[in-house]
Amino acid sequence: MRARSPGRTVRGERSAVRPRRRGPVGLVAATVAVALSLGGCYRGAGDLGNEGRDTINVLMVNNPQMVDLQRLTAEHFTRRTGIKVNYTVLPEDDLRDKMSQDFSSQAGQYDVASLSNYETPIYARNGWLSPLGERAARDTSFDQADLLAPVRKSLTAADGKVYAQPFYGESSFLMYRKDVLREAGLTMPPKPTWKQVAALAAKLDGARPGMKGICLRGQPGWGQLAAPLTSVVNTFGGTWFTKDWQARVNSPEFTAATRFYVGLLREHGEAGAPQAGYTECLNDMQQGKVAMWYDATAGAGSLESGDSKVAGKVGYAPAPVERTASSGWLYTWAWGVQKASTHQDAAWKFISWASGKGYERLVGERLGWSKVPAGKRASTYRDPDYLRRSGAFAAATKNAITSARPDDPGVQPRPAPGIQFVGIPEFSDLGTKVSHEVSSAIAGRQSVPEALDKSQRLAEEVARAYAKR
Amino acid sequence: MLPALVFLIVVTQLPFVATVVISFVRWNALAPENRGFAAFDNYKAVFTDPALRSAIWTTVLLTVTVVLVSLVLGLGLALLLDRKFKGRGIVRTMLITPFLVVPVAAALLWKHALYNASYGLINGSLTWIWKLFGSADPPQPDWMTASPLAAVEVALIWQWTPFMMLILLAGLQSRPADAVEAARVDGASTWDVFRYLTLPHLRRYLELAALLGTVYVVQNFDAVFTITSGGLGTGNLPYTIYQTFYQAHDYGRASAQGVVVVVCSLLVATFALRTVSSLLREEVTR
Repeated sequence: MRARSPGRTVRGERSAVRPRRRGPVGLVAATVAVALSLGGCYRGAGDLGNEGRDTINVLMVNNPQMVDLQRLTAEHFTRRTGIKVNYTVLPEDDLRDKMSQDFSSQAGQYDVASLSNYETPIYARNGWLSPLGERAARDTSFDQADLLAPVRKSLTAADGKVYAQPFYGESSFLMYRKDVLREAGLTMPPKPTWKQVAALAAKLDGARPGMKGICLRGQPGWGQLAAPLTSVVNTFGGTWFTKDWQARVNSPEFTAATRFYVGLLREHGEAGAPQAGYTECLNDMQQGKVAMWYDATAGAGSLESGDSKVAGKVGYAPAPVERTASSGWLYTWAWGVQKASTHQDAAWKFISWASGKGYERLVGERLGWSKVPAGKRASTYRDPDYLRRSGAFAAATKNAITSARPDDPGVQPRPAPGIQFVGIPEFSDLGTKVSHEVSSAIAGRQSVPEALDKSQRLAEEVARAYAKR
Repeated sequence: MLPALVFLIVVTQLPFVATVVISFVRWNALAPENRGFAAFDNYKAVFTDPALRSAIWTTVLLTVTVVLVSLVLGLGLALLLDRKFKGRGIVRTMLITPFLVVPVAAALLWKHALYNASYGLINGSLTWIWKLFGSADPPQPDWMTASPLAAVEVALIWQWTPFMMLILLAGLQSRPADAVEAARVDGASTWDVFRYLTLPHLRRYLELAALLGTVYVVQNFDAVFTITSGGLGTGNLPYTIYQTFYQAHDYGRASAQGVVVVVCSLLVATFALRTVSSLLREEVTR
C-alpha cells in the first residue's frame, strides 16, 4: 500500500535537458516490457531453467533441517544421480502462499514442495499432488514400512493413497526440570493428567527465585497458541466441530478446557504469556524461568544441546491427558510432488534420498546426531549412534508420535483429520482469529466465555459453508 | 520520455489495476473450484467486518501517536544538535543509528532483549536496582501485555525520531543566521528567537516530516507482526490485510481491503505532495 504520486509538475522548474525524441529501439523496448507484463508470466527467482532432463525445482520451508539438506545435496545427491536440484527456501507463510499459487494453477514451476500434514490431505483432495504409494512400494531401499504409522497415515488422503513422504516429524510432550522437582520433593507421574500438572505447577511456582510453574504458548496464531490449546481441548472432551459440522467452540467441554488453560497460565504461567510462543518458552526453560514446559518434541533437541544450561536436567513425560488415552499432537514436514510436474521420476529419486535412512545417517555423521531429521522412521530409534546422542528424549519422542491418533484425537468422531488443528483450509484463519480472542483472555482483557462466544460465531460461519456441501 | 512513462505505468499502475480487478472476484486459493465474479461482496464484507473497523481505529491511533511524539522528540534533538559542541558528529551518527536498523531486527530486539518480562533488559535493570537497595522482590511488569499498543508505539518512536530529527536539522541549518543576530541585538530572548524566528521557519519542515512520517507509519507491519502478532488490539490495517491474504488465503477480500486502504492513503499522500511541492517552489524562488 504505497501511495503513488500522480506526477505533478512543479511550477517554476525548468527542465535543463530537452527531452530527446526516442528512436524505434526505445519503443520496441517499451512494447516488449508491456507485452511481458500483460503476458502475466511472472516467474520467481526459483525458476532457473527447468528444461534439463535431470533438473528439479524444490520449494521448501526455511527450517534448519532443510538448510542442512540444501548444503548436502550437491555432494551426496547430484554427484551420485546426476540430478541437479534448484532450491527455493522461504519462511513458512511465504512458502504456503507461493505453494498454493503454483499448485492451484498447476503451473508446474516446482516439482517438489515441502508440505505439512495440514496441507497434504487438502492439496490431495484438490487433485494437485501425485500419489507416491506405488513408487515407494517399488523402491526397496526406501522401506515405506519403516515409517511410523501415524506419520504415514497423516500424509494419506481420504482416498487411501499416500501423497507425501515425511522429512521429519514431531509430537508434543511435557518437559520438566528433574532437579527442581527433586528439591521440592515432588515426583512426576509416569502418565500425568492435566489436573496433576496444574497442582505441580502451583507447587513449583517460586521453587527458585523468579521461577514460574509452567510455560504454555499464549502468542496468537493457528500454529502458536491454537496448537497446544486444541490438544488440551481434545483431551477435555471438546472439539471444534462435530462430525456433521456443528460448531462447538463455546460448548461446556471446550469452555472448561480453555478456562483451565487460561487459568493455569494466568496463575502459574510464564511472564509475558500473551506474546510467548515456542521461542520464548524455549528461552524461559533454558534460562531457568519455568519449571515445566508443554510443547513440541523438537524443543528437547534444543534443551539437550551442548550450549544449553539445562542439558541433562530435563525429564520428559507424555502429553498430559484428562479423558483420552493420549493427547500429543502430530506435525510433520513432508515432500509432495506436483501433479503437473514433468520430472516425476527425478522428483521421486530426490524424495527417496532426502527421506531415506541413508540421509539420516549422513547428517548424523557429517553434521552431528542432534541435527538428524528424526521422528519419522522406526529405524532411527534403533540406531545406537542416534540413541547415544539423544537417549534422554528419543524414547519419549517416539512414544509420543506413535501414540498420536490424527483421525480420532478426541472423544467424538471428527469431520476432518488433525489433532492440534482441523484439517480444512479455513482453519488457518479461524484458528488464528480464535487464538487472538483467547490470547486477550490470557491478558485479562476479557473473560473466557466472552472470548469463546465471539469465536463460536466465527466457527459457525465456517461450519455453515460445510454443512451445505 | 515515452518508454520511461510506459515503464512507470507498467510497474506501478498495472499491478494496482490487477488488484482492483481481483477485488471483485470470489477467489480463495484453497478452494479453487469456487472461483467467480463476486460483484461487491468483498467490499460488503470489508465494511461490515468489525475486525477491520477496529484495525482502522488502531492504525489512526498508532500513526498519530508515533508521528507526533517522534516529531516533538526529533525537534528537541535537532535543536540540541544545531549547537556547536565537541563530538557533535559522533553524537549525530549515534542518534541516526536507530533509523538504519532493519525494522524487523529492531522489532525483535524490542520484543526479546528489552520488553520480555522474564529475560528482558528493562525488568533486568529493575531487578538490579532493587538489589542495590537490598530488596529481593522487584516489580516485574509485563510491558507488552499491560500496554500492548504503547509497546509497539515506543519501538516505532525510537525508530522514527531520527528521521524527524534529520529533516528538522536540515531545516534549522538553512536558517539565515543574520536574522537571529539582528533579533539578538534588538534584545530578543532565546525563547523569543525560537517562537518568532525558528518555529515559523521550521513550519514547512515540520509539515513535511509529519506527512512523510505518516505515510510510512501507516504502512508499518514489522513492529505489529513481531512484537504482538497483532494481538490485544494492536492489529493495524497492513497486518489485517496480511492475515486475510496469508491465513485466510482469500485473495479477493484481501484485494478489496487493499483497495480501500490505498484510497485512504491517497488522500493523505495528496496533502503530503502538496506540502512537498510548495516547499520546492519556495526553494526555487529563493
